[in-house]
Amino acid sequence: MYTKYSRFDKPERAKDLFLEGARVVDPRSGIDQVLNLHIRDGQLKVGLSEPPQGTDVIALRGHIITPGWFDLHVHFREPGKEVAETIESGCHAAMNGGFTGVACMPNTNPPLDNAGTINWVVEQAKPFPVKLHVIAAATRERNGKELVDMSEIVECGVRAFSDDGAPIRNSVVLRHALEYSNMLGAKIFQHAEDSDLVCGGSMHEGEWSTRLGLTGMPGVAEAIDVIRCIQIAEYTGTAIHICHISTKGAVEWIRWAKKRGVRVTSEVCPHHLLLTDAHCKDYDTNYKMNPPLRSEEDRQACLDAFMDGTLDVYCTDHAPHAWEAKAVEFDQAPFGIVGLETAMGLALTHLMPHVLDFNALLERVVYAPCEILTLPIPRIADGEQANLTIIQPDAVYKVDPSKFRSKSQNTPFAGWELKGRARGVICRGLAFIKEA
Amino acid sequence: MSLLPHKHMLGLEGYSEQDITTIMDTAERMREILERPLKKVPTLRGITVVNLFFESSTRTRTSFELAEKRLSADTINFSASVSALSKGETLLDTARNIEAMKIDVVVMRHRSPGSCHFLAKHLDSIIVNAGDGCHEHPTQALLDMLTLREKFGTLKGLRVALVGDISHSRVALSNIIGLKTMGANVILCGPATLMPRGIEQYGVEVTHSLDDAIHRSDALNIFRIQLERQDVGLFPSLREYQKYFGVTRARLEKAVAPLTILHPGPMNRGVEITSDVADGEHSVILRQVTNGVAVRMAVLYLLAGGHPELSEPKP
Repeated sequence: MYTKYSRFDKPERAKDLFLEGARVVDPRSGIDQVLNLHIRDGQLKVGLSEPPQGTDVIALRGHIITPGWFDLHVHFREPGKEVAETIESGCHAAMNGGFTGVACMPNTNPPLDNAGTINWVVEQAKPFPVKLHVIAAATRERNGKELVDMSEIVECGVRAFSDDGAPIRNSVVLRHALEYSNMLGAKIFQHAEDSDLVCGGSMHEGEWSTRLGLTGMPGVAEAIDVIRCIQIAEYTGTAIHICHISTKGAVEWIRWAKKRGVRVTSEVCPHHLLLTDAHCKDYDTNYKMNPPLRSEEDRQACLDAFMDGTLDVYCTDHAPHAWEAKAVEFDQAPFGIVGLETAMGLALTHLMPHVLDFNALLERVVYAPCEILTLPIPRIADGEQANLTIIQPDAVYKVDPSKFRSKSQNTPFAGWELKGRARGVICRGLAFIKEA
Repeated sequence: MSLLPHKHMLGLEGYSEQDITTIMDTAERMREILERPLKKVPTLRGITVVNLFFESSTRTRTSFELAEKRLSADTINFSASVSALSKGETLLDTARNIEAMKIDVVVMRHRSPGSCHFLAKHLDSIIVNAGDGCHEHPTQALLDMLTLREKFGTLKGLRVALVGDISHSRVALSNIIGLKTMGANVILCGPATLMPRGIEQYGVEVTHSLDDAIHRSDALNIFRIQLERQDVGLFPSLREYQKYFGVTRARLEKAVAPLTILHPGPMNRGVEITSDVADGEHSVILRQVTNGVAVRMAVLYLLAGGHPELSEPKP
C-alpha cells in the first residue's frame, strides 16, 4: 500500500503519513520507546494512538526510527566525473543507505571553490529527501595557495572548507585558512597527510607492501600532519576537523590534544575499522583507498578511539569510481571505495554492540556530524520538521553491489552477510520508504 | 593440465620445495638439449606463446623467446612501443584482445606489481611472470638457484648474500622466497635506504657492511644499481656507493674461501661490480644466462606441457 514511497527518482511528499509501531530512539530527546509518528506537511506529531482520517499508514513493527543519519564525508562526482556518480545518483545512494544528510567534498572538476558552482550543486539535490551540504574548497582550484572567497561562500550556507584528496601542505596557508574560516564560524576539514612521505605509494607501508612489491605509504605520514594541525589550531585558538583517521599515531595525538582542550574533532570510516592491509594480498583495487588500509594494530587503535569518542564521527568517504577505472593494475588504480549503502549494515552487524551501544552510534552518525557543521540537531518531537531514518534491524542479507543505487560498485564488502538495513528516510517533507 | 600444482607462475610465493626441485631437475634435462647440435624438441608444438613486454628487457625476452623456440612453440612478441598502449588502451583490453587470438601462454613483463595476478584473474591463459615491477621475477630466481645448485650440489644450508638495491629489485624478492624455501641462509646487504620495510618477515639477515656479508657467505648475488635511485636521494652518490657496496677483488680476497659470484645483469662494470670480479674464475654470470634458457624451457614445459592440446595432439 505504500509502494508509492519506494521510488528513488520521485520520493513522495510526506503530506500525511502515519508511521506505526516502530521503536523510536532519540537519545538527545530522551526517547526510546515504541511510538507512533504522524507527519503532516513534513511536521512531526509524536505519540498519537490512532492515525487521523485519510493518512497513509505504514506498519513498522520491529523497526527502529532515529533522527536522520548524516554522512560527513562523501564524494559525488558532479561536475566532472558523472560517469562515476552524479548528485542525483549520490542522493539515491544516500536514501538507500539511510542517510538524510551528506557533506560533499569539493574535489570535483572544476572544484567547488565558488558560490556559483556550490549553489548549483545544492540545487541538484532539491528533489530528494537528502540535505546536501557542500564542503567548499579551502583554496582556489584546490591549489593550496590562495584562499577561496570564504565569506561569500559561507553566505551560501557552507560550514566547512577542505582541500580533501590532498592536505593543505603549506603551514602558512593552513594557519590563514583556519583563522579566516573560524572568524566566519566555519571549519577546516584537513585530509591529514605528509604528501612527500606517501608520494608514489599505493598501499600502507609494512610487511604486506614489501611482500606485494608495492610502494608503501607510511602511517607516520598521517600522524605527522595531525600533530601539525593540532599545533596550529592550538596556537591560533581555532577549531579543526581531521578527516578519515586511520593510524594509531594519529589517534594518540588527537586523544592528547582533546585532553589539552584543543578544539579538534575527527572521523573514521568503516573500512579502517574492519579491514587491514592484508586484504590487499590479491591486488584487488577495491581495497585501495587513501588513507590506505592499515595494520591490525592501527585498526585496533581506531576501534578503541571510536569506542571512547576520540574519533567523533562515523563517515564513509564514499568515493565512487567507474568499473573501468578500477579494473586496472593496482598501482594505476584511483584511490577510493563507495560506502553509503553499506555503512549502516556494517555498523549494525560489526560495531554493535561490542564496540558501541546504539545511543553511542547515533552520537557518531547523527549528532556529532551536525555539531561539527553547526547545523541544527534533528529531533523527534512535536512540531519538529521530520528528519528520520527508518531501520529494519533484523533484515539479513548479502551485500550485492549490483543492487546499489550509486552509479559505482567499487566496494570491498561485496558478499558480506549483514544484519540490519535502512528501510527508508524522511526529510525536507519528502519520504522514501522501501518495500519490507 | 600443468605438471606442477600451479596453473601459472606469478611468483615463487606459494611454490614448495618440491615444486622448485622439479623445475630445477627439469631444467637440467633441458640444458642437455641446449648442448645438442640440433637444439630443438617438438614438446610445445601447436602451443602459442605471446611475450607481452610492456617494459623493454631484451635479455629476458630473448631468453624466453629462445626457450619457446627450442620447444617448438609458436611465439609472438608484443612490445609496448608498437602496441595500442600508446593509444590509451588498458592492460585488460590489450590482454583480452590477445587472448581472443587464441593464445595458450602469456609471458609478461610489466612495471606494475601484481599485474600478472591481475591478468590471471581475467584471462584463461597460462601466465608466466617475467617481472612485475618491484615485486617478483621468478624465472630469474630459479636460474640463480639452478646455477648455485650446479656449483654447490645443494641449496640447503648454503649461505647466499644478496647485495645492492633490495627495495626496488624483483629479483631480490623472488630469490629470498626461493632460497628460503630451499633451506638456504640469506643475507641482505645494502644501504638502509634500499632495504624494504618488514623484510625480516622472511627470516633473512640484514647487514650494511659488505665485508660482513662477504665474511659470512658462500656466494654473492650482486644487483644492478639504478642511476635514477640516486636522483631521488636514496644514496648520496655512485662514487660513495661504489666505495662501500661495490664488489671488488680486494674485498673478496679477505674471504676465507673464494665466493661464487652471480649477477642478473645487465652489469654496471665499475659500479656494483668490478671487471676483474665479473670476469674472474669464480664468476658464474654467463652460466646464469645459459641456465636462464633452460629454466624457462622447464617452466614452459611444466606449465603448458600437460596441456590437453599437447598431450593429445589433434590431427
